[in-house]
Amino acid sequence: MVEANLTSQREAAEAPREADDPRDSLVVRFGPDKPLKLDAGVELSPFQIAYKTYGTLNAARTNAVLVCHALTGDQHVASDHPVTGKGGWWETMVGPGKPIDTERYFVICPNVVGGCMGTTGPASTNPKTDKPWGLEFPVVTVRDMVRAQAMLLDHLGIETLFSVVGGSMGGMQVLQWAASYPSRVFSVLPIACATRHSAQNIAFHEVGRQAIMADPEWRRGRYQLEGTFPRRGLSVARMGAHITYLSDAALHRKFGRKFQDRENPTFSFDADFEVESYLRHQGISFVERFDANSYLYLTRAMDYFDLAADCGGVLANAFKGTPTRFCVISFTSDWLFPTSESRAIVHALNASSARVSFAEIVTDKGHDAFLLDEPELFAIVRGFLDGAGNARGLARQNIAAKS
Amino acid sequence: MSNLTVSNIARTPGDARVDLVLMAEMIDRGARVLDVGCGDGELLRLLGESRDVDGRGIELSREGVNECVAKGLAVIQGDADTDLADYPDDAFDYVILSQTLQATRHPRVVLEHMLRIGRRAVVSFPNFGHWQVRLQLLFAGHMPQTDILPYSWYDTPNIHHCTIKDFRQLCEATGVKMEKGVALNAWGSPLRLNAPWWFWNLFGEQAVFLLSRKS
Repeated sequence: MVEANLTSQREAAEAPREADDPRDSLVVRFGPDKPLKLDAGVELSPFQIAYKTYGTLNAARTNAVLVCHALTGDQHVASDHPVTGKGGWWETMVGPGKPIDTERYFVICPNVVGGCMGTTGPASTNPKTDKPWGLEFPVVTVRDMVRAQAMLLDHLGIETLFSVVGGSMGGMQVLQWAASYPSRVFSVLPIACATRHSAQNIAFHEVGRQAIMADPEWRRGRYQLEGTFPRRGLSVARMGAHITYLSDAALHRKFGRKFQDRENPTFSFDADFEVESYLRHQGISFVERFDANSYLYLTRAMDYFDLAADCGGVLANAFKGTPTRFCVISFTSDWLFPTSESRAIVHALNASSARVSFAEIVTDKGHDAFLLDEPELFAIVRGFLDGAGNARGLARQNIAAKS
Repeated sequence: MSNLTVSNIARTPGDARVDLVLMAEMIDRGARVLDVGCGDGELLRLLGESRDVDGRGIELSREGVNECVAKGLAVIQGDADTDLADYPDDAFDYVILSQTLQATRHPRVVLEHMLRIGRRAVVSFPNFGHWQVRLQLLFAGHMPQTDILPYSWYDTPNIHHCTIKDFRQLCEATGVKMEKGVALNAWGSPLRLNAPWWFWNLFGEQAVFLLSRKS
């Protein structure tokens, strides 16, 4: 445990470096001539987007797939993470021969605005002060994230996306793409998400934020300047959130009431139970790779997400006359973004006569199921993209990718 | 929702279900089609391949839906009784209800929705007036079980059986025009077109009707 803490301290110190100068990533810098107009009413400029690509763009520029990451994800979707050294967060989904087949599609995965892995966020250096942004960073929304992604695509010369895919906060971006740029997206795959963040979800996020801000090391968001890091607060926030990503059944199956490396309770507040030990590990390993302020900003962005509110309160207006093909996916045991939320999306799409598929997958793995080994999820994503790819006239295997 | 044991249905030499081929033939090329109770998507696939149709489906069973989506079909999980109300008027050229009418709670409401959402409707159903059905009840004295109605009375999803004659009356009552009709005998062959209605009602094991709104 002591060793783990030392590691996390070291890695936390590296965080600002990753935020300004990300390793193993491509970076586009947008100068003062191309500011990002934020919903908060201010402009972010200059700013940068860190991203990764996999596969090859075809000559017609029609095979690009945008993968949107979730709250604590990043651009390293299918390759090793530069900080943790672990494999990509969606390696099971993205790669050669995988459902999002990089031999057929050109995959782009950007880090979101407000993130901490190379796209401008609170951990980045504010060029005006030459210090980390911290809480001076403007509050961003999911729509801002998507606006920035559209600027990235303009920069890359990609007019239309073959598909936009993502789960959870990534799914929110997917829905925002479909609402903001219907003519730029041929198909979308929003997974385990909703068109608005529920009161319960906002409540969970608030607990996480309060845990961070209650940590004395947070220093009102100025920890980078003062050489501290709110490890305990961020770790507790992650522990709480992690419970919401699982399910009672999955926790019971995995841990039950089993003791951790002991036969009997110690009658103390050590991590007697396996589930406690697991959660502590989740918290500790999270602070190695994530910025605390970034966590505040991104949870806030999710809280503010309400697609219907942007369209006069009528969700169907968000998708009126949309030409985009939708495939909505939910999981039976996901209580953070339950199937009823996905059904609301489907109802709105039906009312717009949109071309929509909707599948609910039976699993006890909770919200996190979208990141895990779920053969039915893979079959559905593969089938949907195959069908859309044929309709789009994409070659089964990208010729350029073979050379 | 499509509650037939598919293997029991007569098939063409190309291994397509005869009733589905008949339904497909009633649909214009390139039309927008909603298949209510689309099962494993066999009809939607057939329509896409043979009629270049822009097809959507609703299916009650999760297995059916997921199978359809994995095949690249635009299908959602839903219930004919509750979810048709979400669709706007005139959203489709055709709304299809294949072997599902008798399993809905409110067949009349479903039929009305179908012709609100679509300009035309295609409905197929097992004919409860078929002679085998009549004979089983008359002589054996138990609820009929046939190749296309294989269930016991206590576990059948079919709660609103009707005969061809009954269905004609429903169409009259709801102001629906029957444009075309085909009845299939137990071997899956269409009955003579000039046969009288009582003949269809007695020898048709299943029937397919193309319906439109009475203007």
